[in-house]
Amino acid sequence: MLGALFHSPCQDCRLHHIGAIHQNNAEGKGHVIALAGNPNTGKSTVFNALTGLNQHTGNWPGKTVSLAEGKFVYEGSAYTLVDLPGTYSLLSASTDEEIARDFILFGRPDCTVVVVDATSLERNLNLVLQVMEITNKVIVCVNLMDEARRKGIEVDIDQLSKDLGVPAVGTAARYGEGLGELVRTITEVIDGRIETTPKLPAPPLAVKSAVDELVPKIQALYPGLRNARWIAYRLIEGDYRLRQALISGQFAALVGDERESLRTASLAERAATG
Amino acid sequence: MNVSATPMPEKPSAAGLLQKADALRETVGGERFRDELVAALYRHAEEIAVRSVRKRKPRGWFADEKVDRIFTHPVLGIPVMAALLAIVFWLTIAGANIPSSFLAGLLMTDGGLTDAFRAYFGIDAPAMLSASLYQLLHELFGVLQAPYWLSGFLVDGVYLGLAWVVSVMLPPMAIFFPLFTLLEDLGYLPRVAFNLDWLFKRAGAHGKQALTMTMGFGCNAAGVIACRVIDSPREKLIAILTNTFVPCNGRFPTLIAVASLFVAGAVAQPGTFVASLIGTATVVGVVILGVATTLIVSWALSRTVLRGEPSVFVLELPPYRRPSVARIIYTSLIDRTVFVLYRACVVAAPAGGIIWLMANLQLGSASIADQVSGFLDPFGRLLGLDGVILLAFIIAIPANEIVLPTALMLYMHQSRMVEVQGTMLSSVLTDHGWTVLTAVCLMLFSLMHNPCGTTIWTIWSETRSTRWTVFGALMPLTIAILVCAFVTNFVRLFSTVSASFAL
Repeated sequence: MLGALFHSPCQDCRLHHIGAIHQNNAEGKGHVIALAGNPNTGKSTVFNALTGLNQHTGNWPGKTVSLAEGKFVYEGSAYTLVDLPGTYSLLSASTDEEIARDFILFGRPDCTVVVVDATSLERNLNLVLQVMEITNKVIVCVNLMDEARRKGIEVDIDQLSKDLGVPAVGTAARYGEGLGELVRTITEVIDGRIETTPKLPAPPLAVKSAVDELVPKIQALYPGLRNARWIAYRLIEGDYRLRQALISGQFAALVGDERESLRTASLAERAATG
Repeated sequence: MNVSATPMPEKPSAAGLLQKADALRETVGGERFRDELVAALYRHAEEIAVRSVRKRKPRGWFADEKVDRIFTHPVLGIPVMAALLAIVFWLTIAGANIPSSFLAGLLMTDGGLTDAFRAYFGIDAPAMLSASLYQLLHELFGVLQAPYWLSGFLVDGVYLGLAWVVSVMLPPMAIFFPLFTLLEDLGYLPRVAFNLDWLFKRAGAHGKQALTMTMGFGCNAAGVIACRVIDSPREKLIAILTNTFVPCNGRFPTLIAVASLFVAGAVAQPGTFVASLIGTATVVGVVILGVATTLIVSWALSRTVLRGEPSVFVLELPPYRRPSVARIIYTSLIDRTVFVLYRACVVAAPAGGIIWLMANLQLGSASIADQVSGFLDPFGRLLGLDGVILLAFIIAIPANEIVLPTALMLYMHQSRMVEVQGTMLSSVLTDHGWTVLTAVCLMLFSLMHNPCGTTIWTIWSETRSTRWTVFGALMPLTIAILVCAFVTNFVRLFSTVSASFAL
């Protein structure tokens, strides 16, 4: 909690974070993993357990108000973990949700881990599904398994994984339970040893054709964008903040930032290999 | 671009894209589309959850709902909360005296641990412990034949500043922080917010301000940052501007020290059970006053400069978690105690040097310290304080933790006290004209005055507005001055009136 004092104002700006992560990539600091989840699912505990950062995580709803990042090394490769603010969804329009959603959209994480509360899986799955709409590379970390056991709740991890089409790992982060498997799964998803194929319900025909019509127009306007389908859905439903971002040019800046960093990354890679 | 392929190409633009999206919305159900999307998502989540979750009869001892029936009870909730707070402060006040006198003996009292051993063990201290580090340092500098100004600046200034901070602040922190962390890790503090949120709504503010206020008890800067959870800019600003009205972990030790050393000691025999109860009641009173001030100022702001309706929200109560002891010890001692102590020391060391310089450099007929505190004195008296206390508050702007140590050092230089005597804390204060009124006004001023440097900086970085930052610093300061002046003059008037009636 007190660690927050050391943030410079620039660090609190979400553009800064996205830039910083890109820089890490460009400097070859490894793969970027976004950590999403509802408030109070033990997300920060997972973060601390994996990165060894001993920031205090009090028992507050939604206490992560700015992005924290930490690194860990596994089998010789470096990984950067980014702790997103705890949110219930990526749909509506609070600042926290916007920060989390922008990072998953534009921060180009190599995979996104969604931490869910084993004791209230149904509510938590809403966020998982929304993240799966944006990106394929999703891992579900079913945390608080210890609490679930105490409350007599059993979660069938294999069934869950099969239904979602992405890997799920059961953990009790406070006791370090399951974290080894989580890290292994993360690395295997990133290097492609595990393939993720999110299973989402097929949209009604009318919706599908509307989206199909809009996607090429979005791609024409923002060629660097990777999630045009998701953007199409939001535009058709009339997402207020997204509309504002489009009109003000902020959206173009975010997408441009993405392309810019791709170029820097490839330059850096060339410099490294050549 | 191949223009000839399409005779009138629709130039891609953001506005065109939005127009197209608006047109398409009508083909999929218009405004209802969004709701249908969300509903489909929720249905899907439910289907998956049903297949993979099995519930059995719950077992175990943490039955959340039952505990919450008491902790968040509409009538019992607030008294239970006050009682819990009182227990925490009582443990701190009752427990802090003993380590405090041992630390003082070790670090600076004349005669080392002699007094502490006699008082608490009834035996004489071993010979090697009967001189304090302060005395040893002076001897060392004497052997080295260091010039007066060097030993004065380093030992009487920098070292003594650090020693005061450690012996006055460390014991309350080392007891208070683990208890505070325990409440936090249990998940009790969000319940405090839950109990209070209706009050904030009544004050025209956001209910979540109860949460950011509670976080302010930990650290106001962190509390200000936490205001990001409030979406409405108006209510967020109210929460930011009023966060400083609850005492933070940096100010609690000051309040606890003044309450236990002075208020309790002036009313009852120091060190007794009754004294610790009075000290506890005083600190609880200050906290309640802080919450009341927060509400009143929020109400005033939402009726004047920040007018508007409070918005509706859902506050989730996290489940109770069995706290892990190792975690609490680690967090409260390393993250909090060492951090707060370190911050205090970083400020106290140079402040100690500056105080020594101010006390020893002559400006005209008196030392700089005397000149400045003499200049501030009439104003200080008006507030029930004095020039030295005001000077201490100014020196302590970077870190509120050092107000009391700074004032004590200034007093000691003023009375040319070279040796530090045991159990002298409150006697130094009484010698300089402290009464219960002074102690109360100091606590009121500490509670309500401008936020510390870090918090002011945080307000600026959160609001990006110089105007609101200046307001956030000066508004509490003005309130502190007005309240202290009112209390002082009311009490003085009252005692004059009652005195004249007696005659």
